[in-house]
Amino acid sequence: MKKTTIAIGLVAVLILVPGLAMSGPDDDSLTINGEISIVTETEAPAHAENLSTIYSGWRFRSDETQAFQMDDFENPGMIGVENAMVNWETVDGSAGESCAGCHGAPEDMAGVRAVYPKWNEEKGEVTTLEVEVNNCRENRMGAEKWKYTGGDMTDMVALISSVSRGMPVNVAIDGPAKETWEQGKELYYTRTGQLELSCANCHEDSYGLMIRADHLSQGQINGFPTYRLKNTKLNSVHARFKGCVRDTRAQTFKPGSPEFIALELYVASRGNGLSVEGPSVRN
Amino acid sequence: MKHALFGLSAMLAASTAFAETVKPTDVIFTDGAVDVSLSGLAGDPAAGAEIMNKGAGNCIACHQISALSHLAFHGEIGPPLDGVADRWSVPELRGIVANAKVMFEDSMMPSFYKTEGFVRLGDAYTGDAHGDGDVLPLLTAQQIEDVVAFLVTLKEE
Ligand code: HEC
Ligand code: HEC
Repeated sequence: MKKTTIAIGLVAVLILVPGLAMSGPDDDSLTINGEISIVTETEAPAHAENLSTIYSGWRFRSDETQAFQMDDFENPGMIGVENAMVNWETVDGSAGESCAGCHGAPEDMAGVRAVYPKWNEEKGEVTTLEVEVNNCRENRMGAEKWKYTGGDMTDMVALISSVSRGMPVNVAIDGPAKETWEQGKELYYTRTGQLELSCANCHEDSYGLMIRADHLSQGQINGFPTYRLKNTKLNSVHARFKGCVRDTRAQTFKPGSPEFIALELYVASRGNGLSVEGPSVRN
Repeated sequence: MKHALFGLSAMLAASTAFAETVKPTDVIFTDGAVDVSLSGLAGDPAAGAEIMNKGAGNCIACHQISALSHLAFHGEIGPPLDGVADRWSVPELRGIVANAKVMFEDSMMPSFYKTEGFVRLGDAYTGDAHGDGDVLPLLTAQQIEDVVAFLVTLKEE
């Protein structure tokens, strides 16, 4: 009897405080295909100074959206992975090469997604997976570059991510990458546009809260590329950054720009310890 | 002749109304509050209620307001605005809506009556640069007054 009263009291509190039930990440755990277990919550790395725990964006989505990602047959992002498998094998360009010609099976790329963006010794700068894919296409295959956020490119990044799923994100921020990381951090905390909002305003100070109809996550990128039910396609990291900056009524940076590459390194590093999850599903 | 005179006085009236609008760069804040109407006119609470839900206002993106519970999806970033008129005077409410960062240092709340000092100002939501044209505040002087007139109706006591 007493128990029931307490239970009813609790329900009343939840109803009285609107939004409370929605606040924060949920308690669900993610296993893909019943075999790849995904770390969606872990201790924040020391360099993410203002966070104690980091969460994958998956934990902020509804049960229906979450379910799409638990089985590759349900995950619409896997269609992009299949498209990329065809491109992986296809000879293109003047050198008569394909990705497979140099790299073997896509599975041989396991671990690669987890450490990008990464310092490229030869170029003397931090590069992203997209930059490396185009480097291979242009300089090793003699093929045309793909558009940075285009379909073929994002599909290929999804394929390369998919074979690292479950591995911990572990981008290096020290040594030669440090300067780029600092630049990314600066951008993360800069309040831009007429709304004067920074990434941190929404994804560090306000994650777990509703902003109009959106449940704010930490804006982690371990799940990229993400298939968004809203625009029914795979979305790349820089396309997402562009959308978020545009929403502050600011002039955005260009996908593939040094600024967005620096920001990607910084944001990726805030997720060190979460599992690679791409292609993930979001709304 | 009569006609011409009439035209002239109409023009004069229009220009006085214009002169009474305080420009975004001329607003005087006293402890975060703004004493005079920015448009020189009274606000319309019904028009203010519209702005709470729309366009560059969209206040309920961040605030819950029971009086507007018929509208979907109220955000949780700022405090609920129920009873806000019991907590703040009209000049304070005007100051908060015009530029909340004067009252609340580093507030996440956008400054709705401000036209300079932005980083990478865009052309609305296009993602392109703003260019050289005049920067318009998010809300006009009259819209600020309308919003304040609506907030004044949010009393609990
Ligand atoms: C005005 C609020 C706002 C600002 C400012 C903002 N974002 Fe977002 N962002 C959102 C919303 C809303 C979503 C969709 C819900 C979610 O995943 O948080 C989102 C989603 C994301 C995602 C997708 C996360 C996932 O799991 O799919 C990333 C990554 C992201 N933002 C990064 C950034 C970065 C980097 C910046 C700054 C350059 C930024 N955001 C600025 C509101 C914002
Ligand atoms: C992006 C988020 C955001 C938007 C949009 C926003 N606000 Fe706010 N507002 C806040 C926050 C956060 C505070 C709390 C002050 C602080 O500490 O920064 C606040 C405080 C207030 C207060 C003081 C409330 C109190 O109880 O002390 C009023 C009044 C207010 N806002 C009105 C408005 C109006 C009117 C609009 C739209 C024209 C609006 N806000 C839009 C975030 C927002």
